[in-house]
Amino acid sequence: MRAAVVVFPGSNCDRDLAVALKAAGADVTMVWHKDSALPQGIDIVGIPGGFSYGDYLRCGAIAANSPICRSVVAHAQRGGFVLGICNGFQVLTETGLLPGALLRNAGLKFICRTVQLRVATANSAFTAGYAAGDVIDIPVAHHDGNYFADPQTIARLKGEDRIAFSYVDNPNGAQADIAGILSDNRRVLGMMPHPERAADAGHGGTDGAALFRAVTGALRTA
Amino acid sequence: MLRLLDRVYTKNEEKGRAMKARVHVMLKNGVLDPQGEAVRHALGAMGFDGVQGVRQGKVIEMDLAEGTSEADVAQMCEKLLANTVIESYSVEMAS
Repeated sequence: MRAAVVVFPGSNCDRDLAVALKAAGADVTMVWHKDSALPQGIDIVGIPGGFSYGDYLRCGAIAANSPICRSVVAHAQRGGFVLGICNGFQVLTETGLLPGALLRNAGLKFICRTVQLRVATANSAFTAGYAAGDVIDIPVAHHDGNYFADPQTIARLKGEDRIAFSYVDNPNGAQADIAGILSDNRRVLGMMPHPERAADAGHGGTDGAALFRAVTGALRTA
Repeated sequence: MLRLLDRVYTKNEEKGRAMKARVHVMLKNGVLDPQGEAVRHALGAMGFDGVQGVRQGKVIEMDLAEGTSEADVAQMCEKLLANTVIESYSVEMAS
């Protein structure tokens, strides 16, 4: 199965994400933000963490309007898989592929530490390698990870079982303790924590590896 | 001096009808503004105890080419300058 990882000026988790996808069996191509098309036959697009375009204007806002992102939106609209991590999650909300927005952390500080996440649903290709209710250790590293959406949207996300991960101990003020959400077709996942930083024994934890194994496995057999 | 400036402005006006737009972007009411809240705390700590609330936003000034309308600027706000999930905007046009 083939994966593309988007690289923006200011991305800094792109290679980590590529390594995690490769370790899970994906054939990975890096794509530059100025490319207007994804390579042929891409099954999943990874949008990495970092500070795309220096976080100017709003985190992810300029990236969301870059040439490659138009192709990523088209890929998602065709039913393609997309995984946005940290800044990638911010980009996905800015494109409108995922609802809501990421605000400045309620405590105003940049938070960089490992947190506990509760797997809120196993019903997606990304989370099928866990059981709902599992608690996993995944690092966060963000300044703007405070998930916000209006009450109707939060109710819809809950009602449609689209909250993928929630914080056990909310570090940033996110509504409903949301750490990651799914699109309505469950093929787009955005999450603030970094599973690619917990995907190898050398990282000090491997709780994120199951996410990459599950999604690459699902796409291989698809 | 003022007169001179006035005249320069008029000249530019005649040449290209240069317009400026000033866009104000603010977090919507009901969206917590932790930065504004931190500023309010700091002001209170400095002895400015007459401040009951602070909201922080941004101002974006643009020089516009001839024929760029307020409706165009509104489109820019909708598509890029503001995230209307969390922010409201207002546009001021000036020559």
